Amino acid sequence: MQERVAIVGVGCTGFRSITPEQSYKEMVYEAAMRAYTDAGVDPRRDVESFVTVAEDFHEGTSIFDEYTPDQIGGALKPVHTITGDGLHGIATAYMLIRTGQFDIVAVEGHSKASNIKTMSEVTAYAQDPVLNRPLKLNSHFIAGLEMNRYLFETGTSQEQCAAVVVKNRYNALCNPVAPYGADLTIEDVLSGSMLSWPLRMRETAEHADGAILMVLASEDKASYLTDKPIWILGAGWNNDSAALENRDWAHAIYAEEAARMAYRQAGINNPLEAIDIAEIDDTYAYKELQALEALGFCREGEAGILTVEGFTSPDNDLPVNVSGGSLGMGNLLEANGLARAYEIVLQLRGEAGVRQVEDVNIGLAQSWRGVPSSSGAVLILAN
Amino acid sequence: MGMRKVAVVGAGMTKFVRRAQETPKELSWEAAHMALESCEMTMDDIEAVCLGTAPDAFDGVHLNGEYLSDGAGAWRKPYMRSYVGGGTGVFVPIQGWYHIASGLFDVVMVVAEEKMSSFYPHAQAAFLTIFDHTTERPLKPNLLWIFALEMNRYMTTYGISKADIAQVAVQHKRNAADHPCALLGDANITLDDILNSEVLAWPVQRFDVSPVSDGAVAVILAAEHIAKRITDKPVWIEGVGWTLDTAYWTNRDLAYPRYVEYAARMAYDMAGIKEPRKEIHIAEPYDPFDYKALHHLEGLQLADRGKAPELYSDGTASRTGNMPVCPSGGLLGVGNPIAAAGLMKIAELFWQLRGEAGARQVPGHPRRGLAQAWGDLMQVGTVVIMGR
Repeated sequence: MQERVAIVGVGCTGFRSITPEQSYKEMVYEAAMRAYTDAGVDPRRDVESFVTVAEDFHEGTSIFDEYTPDQIGGALKPVHTITGDGLHGIATAYMLIRTGQFDIVAVEGHSKASNIKTMSEVTAYAQDPVLNRPLKLNSHFIAGLEMNRYLFETGTSQEQCAAVVVKNRYNALCNPVAPYGADLTIEDVLSGSMLSWPLRMRETAEHADGAILMVLASEDKASYLTDKPIWILGAGWNNDSAALENRDWAHAIYAEEAARMAYRQAGINNPLEAIDIAEIDDTYAYKELQALEALGFCREGEAGILTVEGFTSPDNDLPVNVSGGSLGMGNLLEANGLARAYEIVLQLRGEAGVRQVEDVNIGLAQSWRGVPSSSGAVLILAN
Repeated sequence: MGMRKVAVVGAGMTKFVRRAQETPKELSWEAAHMALESCEMTMDDIEAVCLGTAPDAFDGVHLNGEYLSDGAGAWRKPYMRSYVGGGTGVFVPIQGWYHIASGLFDVVMVVAEEKMSSFYPHAQAAFLTIFDHTTERPLKPNLLWIFALEMNRYMTTYGISKADIAQVAVQHKRNAADHPCALLGDANITLDDILNSEVLAWPVQRFDVSPVSDGAVAVILAAEHIAKRITDKPVWIEGVGWTLDTAYWTNRDLAYPRYVEYAARMAYDMAGIKEPRKEIHIAEPYDPFDYKALHHLEGLQLADRGKAPELYSDGTASRTGNMPVCPSGGLLGVGNPIAAAGLMKIAELFWQLRGEAGARQVPGHPRRGLAQAWGDLMQVGTVVIMGR
């Protein structure tokens, strides 16, 4: 068994709302080449196993894992797909290396959301076919219900949710790979069109295309490959109730449980003290606040207040989504968690350019699988 | 430091049927519940859940893994669904293995569920969507079609006859007559029945193919120190292997599954097996088509290339032979709810190695068995070696 595992290489394509000139395979190849160059490995010679994350209906192809090996250099090697978020993929690679069977494992995730013409119909197909689908619930409608419950139970205001949008999209202006940077005010967000009350259009991350690949290695290999290994201190993942009827609508239990698992591995008792920077799911603005509370950074109802006070801004105590988050970088489907972890890796390496946060040693990335799931993962990284 | 040992300590299986009344969640829970009961455990003892199910298109549910999560017992637990097409059934116990071997968990439940009957009128149509959207889908291929190509190639390369291959279907369907969960067991089926069945896509005939089915299987895995507390007869996972070949299947030599060979070699290395033909006492190769069992036995190095039919004609592969092949009845006899069918082979080895296989029991106290599955575009091999 190998105890310690590090991320030794990362590569991404950058993210755009449409990519008509590139196929998903070409995007993945581009990200893969960058990551392998970054790690200094030859995928055919050095990488022993590959993990990809994908969902059939997002790809428009059944058994999509068929099409994963070639562009990452994985043909005729141990490759498998996890139908989960990118952080589930990293957790899988982490487990594979810890078994002692593999020393170097690659994790790939991508989004070609611009190919999906009927996104709302596709996501609605994730609902229970017997109990929920006949009600013809739109996914944003379910998110609106959840947001409403969250605001009601915690006393969070709509303005506080809008402050998340303002912060994250402003942060994205400093991120060269983020397509949705903007200088907005809270009024701009609140005066925008409504999706499903109280959820507004501008509080919803727009989709983007792009690919990310990361290379993980055991301790021995990591210290040989790089001067800046980014260690995995903990990985946690969890599912709450799959059924809409009997879940806790106000609290992100999945994030709470996933964090508990990751903190236990990392030996973290007080997350606010231990963690210097966080990248948190914000595919809907209120999710960032809900997750901040679930992750134990503050008490219930405090996340909105702290956000308005600037506590989670890049130059303050707990910078959250310095990358711009999903609101700024786009909703990347299964690659969302990889985008969150990607930013943490750059920050911990000190390679985040103009948005580099000073003195960061431990970072946290968190993801959610989207409506109607109650599934998420947490990753804790250190330099 | 050596690897952590992982054992199978419980197994459960629903009947494999043509059209289940239960929802996919209910099927998952039925199998999970039976597996828990078999080793006197409850969901409170389970630390994490791994799920296997083949394409979302069958159930017609997007994020199918999320949908099935509570049915598979994953409420407020770490839960992931892994996926390698038809190979999933034997991959998902590998997923359970690495959960435990990594040291993160001690007890993991592995569930595989498939409900193909939801796809109306026939699940075969869902397979159109597995092909490349630009180069292949316009030709409207289906699985019978491409496997007919492969079967033909296999027969032509080695000079194998239809009758050589049909004996596989006869033996597996006869074996399945003793399996209480089987869909197509038939103790009296003959070679002529197979050879006279309807031609689907030459050389594939109806009885060469396993049936579309619904069903679920679950097994419980535990780390060494826990396994010994749960049961006196743990069955150890001694080796695992998996290999995914290129998506460009049209460039592949269809006569020999190199990806199965690579997966097997990884598993043999891990299990310390040097001479598989002597050290494997029961083989459960993947047999969705009768020729596939032969094809896979060769890839697994359990027969020379083109010589696997001899294992059947000389009796080696029969339940009382030297190396029984698919004593369960395989997919041809028990049924083929895709992911569940692969995990059924793991459950069969568990029962056989513990001496609990009832009428199907292989004589001579077998010590070690191998299960293998295959899938995607004739592309992936997954192998698990179990021993007591």
